[in-house]
Amino acid sequence: MVYLEQEEGQARPVSWEVLGAGAELARSLEVELWAAAIGQGAERALEEAFRRGAQVGCAVEGEGLDPYTAEAEAEAVSHLVDRFRPEILLFPATARGREVASLVATRVGTGLTADVTALSVDRERRLMEATRPTFGGKQMATIVCEGWRPQMATLRPGVFPLPPLLPHWQRGGRLISLSLDFRPRVRVRRKEGRVTEHPLERAEVVVAGGRGVGGPRGFELLRELAGLLGGVVAGTRPAVEAGWISRDYQVGQTGRAVRPRLYIAVGVSGAIQHVVGMQQARHIVAINRDPGAPIMRYAHYAVVGDLFEVVPALIRQLRERKGMQVEPSLL
Amino acid sequence: MVCLKQVPDTQEVKIDPRTNALVREGVPAIPNPDDLHALAAAVAAKEAVGGRVAVLSMGPPQAVRALRKALSLGADRAVLLSDRAFAAADTFATTYTLARGIARLAREEREPGLVFCGKRALDGETGQVGPGLAARLNFPYLGYVVRIREITPHSIVVERRREGVTEELESPLPALITVEREIAPLPYAPLPRLLWAQEEEVEVWGAREIEASPEAVGLPGSPTKVIRGFVPPPPRGAEILGDGRADPEGAAGLLANVILELEGAREEVASRPGA
Repeated sequence: MVYLEQEEGQARPVSWEVLGAGAELARSLEVELWAAAIGQGAERALEEAFRRGAQVGCAVEGEGLDPYTAEAEAEAVSHLVDRFRPEILLFPATARGREVASLVATRVGTGLTADVTALSVDRERRLMEATRPTFGGKQMATIVCEGWRPQMATLRPGVFPLPPLLPHWQRGGRLISLSLDFRPRVRVRRKEGRVTEHPLERAEVVVAGGRGVGGPRGFELLRELAGLLGGVVAGTRPAVEAGWISRDYQVGQTGRAVRPRLYIAVGVSGAIQHVVGMQQARHIVAINRDPGAPIMRYAHYAVVGDLFEVVPALIRQLRERKGMQVEPSLL
Repeated sequence: MVCLKQVPDTQEVKIDPRTNALVREGVPAIPNPDDLHALAAAVAAKEAVGGRVAVLSMGPPQAVRALRKALSLGADRAVLLSDRAFAAADTFATTYTLARGIARLAREEREPGLVFCGKRALDGETGQVGPGLAARLNFPYLGYVVRIREITPHSIVVERRREGVTEELESPLPALITVEREIAPLPYAPLPRLLWAQEEEVEVWGAREIEASPEAVGLPGSPTKVIRGFVPPPPRGAEILGDGRADPEGAAGLLANVILELEGAREEVASRPGA
């Protein structure tokens, strides 16, 4: 069973990543893939879940579920666990998914593995093997939950691929609609903003700057380069702490994990705390003055040199070859 | 009440390049930074509504050090839950053990109270103990708190922030909150307090003192089990393009080729029907 993080009928895309990972497990174990959505709009969110591969959808609506509180949400999910006894229960490792999963695991009395980046199955023993980074990404641990059910995990966003969206006539599923009332003790007095998908999460190209970029002027260059490639600019923790880029665009252990097709690391030394956030990128390119920097080990291609020479030259050549005019401001 | 964990400073954990194994010897143990912010918030709350701040930790006997630090930073009482039987606990067994400790503390302090937890520990990074503990205690849970707006002996109003959403939540007490670092700056220990903390007793409670059932703590009480630990294999290394120092223009040209080739592949994928 996969928990969808949904609001007003719209599930966050990361929910589909989790659904896709759940589909793999369901296939290995030869069981149905269930999706669960809680609160107003749950049924609408499940329509898309069916087109993404869910076979059974559980919608819970009722008093006390809207607006979202972790408490009522967890009660509703726990109810589904008690009633339908899933073997495995997966959540996105988002702020909301993590808190709901932690409450549910304790409520129903089972184990929960956090922030998983790889999943496999021991078919004979029907065990989910969940692998996650620990010690700031320096070590990986594979974790199982043997004698307790369900086996629960939260999955790190941006790591598992999105399952394709099938046309609606190709996919239908069984819908179970429940109406349940809850009385959460926590009350939402005010709510502002919406859960926003961060541009880095779906970026195809990320241009990241580190300490070596040296300042805002360097970041201007990175923006120029990213603009040319339809990419998003990100930073390492030192770059964020120096105030060259907003914390919201930090990639790494204490920032976000990204998995673009192309990751261009400029002036990034490649500390492990950064690497854990970007090593899933399909292609990694480094531009760095120091050929011995750790980033050189993680990159597929690298240019050793001064970024203030290399990046402007790169921008110019990309523009030329893309058949664009060189803007005078660049020269 | 504040929950605090002593953790290895993960910044200092190194990998032995020969054996590709984690080197844990000589790694300094520190109080978990998020938990110190939780302590600072608790001390501020005490100044606002009175009461006492008790700090609770589970760990080996050496974790007394982290608790002394907490005393120096404003805690009134420190308790360490330490017992061989508690070892190898996962988050599920940990929340059980902490909940037993809190039950005894609450009896002794005669206060329903407010439990503060840091967002997550530096070493495990699960972020599961706070909400899990709330569920164990059957306390209302308020997570990702960035500010305490109002606090009375019977209720609390907080502001919390998560992924673009800001919420103002209200809850009766007792309750459990997990806090973001920005809730309060790290406190500073005045010298007399520092000296007092070195002398003050840190109570140590084992399984018996908190009436913990042996099958619910440590390894037997932990549903999850690590079956493999490994250091990710070292990556293979980059192909260096040209000579970026002597000829930046040439190297940039080679890099432009690579990037355009990758982009071309992307356009092909994008134009395929159904993709």
